[in-house]
Amino acid sequence: MAAKLRLDQVSMAFKTPSGSFQALAPITLTVSSGRFVSLIGPSGCGKSTIFNIIAGLLQPSRGRVLIDGTDATGTIGRVGYMLQKDLLLPWRTVLDNVVLGMEIQGMPLRVARDRALPLLRRYGLSGFEYLHPSALSGGMRQRAALLRTLLFDTDVILLDEPFGALDAQTKLQMQEWLLGLWADFGKTVVFVTHDIEEAIYLSDEVHVMATRPGRIIDSFEVTIPQPRQRSATLAPEFIAIKERCMHLLSMAHKAALGEAA
Amino acid sequence: MTAQETSRAAAPLDLGPAAPLQAARATRTIRRLPVQRDWPFWLIVAIQIGILLGGIALWEVAADYGWIDGFFWSKPSAVYVTLIKFFTEGEAWTDIGFTFRSTLFGFLLGTASGSLLGLSFWWSRNYAAIVQPYMICFHSLPKLALAPLVILVFGIGLASKVAIATALTIIVSALTAYAGVKALDPDQERLFYSLGASRTQVFCKLVVPFCLPWIISVLRVNIGLALTGAIVGEFIAAQHGLGRAILYAGSTYDIALVWVVALVLSTLAVAMYGAVSWLERMLRRGMKQ
Repeated sequence: MAAKLRLDQVSMAFKTPSGSFQALAPITLTVSSGRFVSLIGPSGCGKSTIFNIIAGLLQPSRGRVLIDGTDATGTIGRVGYMLQKDLLLPWRTVLDNVVLGMEIQGMPLRVARDRALPLLRRYGLSGFEYLHPSALSGGMRQRAALLRTLLFDTDVILLDEPFGALDAQTKLQMQEWLLGLWADFGKTVVFVTHDIEEAIYLSDEVHVMATRPGRIIDSFEVTIPQPRQRSATLAPEFIAIKERCMHLLSMAHKAALGEAA
Repeated sequence: MTAQETSRAAAPLDLGPAAPLQAARATRTIRRLPVQRDWPFWLIVAIQIGILLGGIALWEVAADYGWIDGFFWSKPSAVYVTLIKFFTEGEAWTDIGFTFRSTLFGFLLGTASGSLLGLSFWWSRNYAAIVQPYMICFHSLPKLALAPLVILVFGIGLASKVAIATALTIIVSALTAYAGVKALDPDQERLFYSLGASRTQVFCKLVVPFCLPWIISVLRVNIGLALTGAIVGEFIAAQHGLGRAILYAGSTYDIALVWVVALVLSTLAVAMYGAVSWLERMLRRGMKQ
């Protein structure tokens, strides 16, 4: 499989009053086309910094971002990026929020709406098209935000803890919903989460990160075949991976504490 | 620990300090939640009208019996006669029209240019930082103190009144619109940029609609300020307008006329305030927020 997205020795240092702060150690990461890849790690490990660099919102200190083999460092609008907040515009209807990406890319509003409507109906927002976001529940708002990202129609999609603010029940539903979408659209997804189980259940590949400086300390494949049943989370193979992740994260945590002390 | 607690509970008499507490409990006053009942709307209105009529009647009687000096205070019956005369013989409609026009133009010009100025700060933080102190300076300056200068520059016609009304409204609008700009969520901007938006697109599709509620919220304040500006302009030098009419009436000791014009002026103020409130409601409904 071809490398859809590649981070080549990307590092980030911020200037602080007390000198320079290394937020990201040089990171190299290759994501193949159509894969679902998760990054997990403690807060402050630079997950969001990586995303901002991939999305072109932050210029890395060193290194390059390659999309389809061409240098995309510091260019915006190349990947779909969804933040934890839904960031729906309160003055627009759900439909008009979802078409925002296409509208910005210069597509006539009517064409964009015609394209979005069947998808809204198919992916659980039927009956909400002409409502304003304030009338929607948290889960519904995240659906709208994710559809907005998908309809922007880029091959790569970055999801930064999209379900972090949802209650446990809704979160499970949204995971199923996301897997369905992913299967239908065949996008390459990079997913950031704090939730180990969520990362393993959704992903083909998991990268575990550590702090100070932010870096990837381990990467492995989740070999449980897709599409997965919820019961897969109880399989010995799943639990083995989960234990491995927890072990890595607690090691990283202890190391960070030792350093601080 | 648990055993100790249980034994204490079993022997409450051991607790010496609890005795005063229990005494206090016995004498504790039991109160009900105070409940305020709303009077019917007609009763409220009736009382309001009653107070107004009572005040007018008292004023009339007081002037008739010499409790107050009728020459300085005039009296309601005289005010009524002058009111009829003002509208039938005087230049009432010319004056009302003149003041109304200066207020409206000043309001529109000040609000529009102020809002644009405030929004423009979004484009450049450096530019905003440079202009900020000048704005604060101009804001704290008592702008009415410059009115004589404005009259000299713009003449005694409509232009000077519009200029003063604009000066009073522009900064309030600018500062409020800028407050809206500053309240913008940086993540919201990042979302737009991640979708490949240009600066112009972010401005038109995000900044302006986001700041509209801020801009609308000063409309009612501004209509009052614009009226004040117009009246002060007329006080200083004018050939028409309600401000000039009050000044004229005062300087000729026609106190009844002062009251009449003040009455007309407040009616105009209330009408314009009502119109702007209505406009604000329409705009908010249009935005569905």
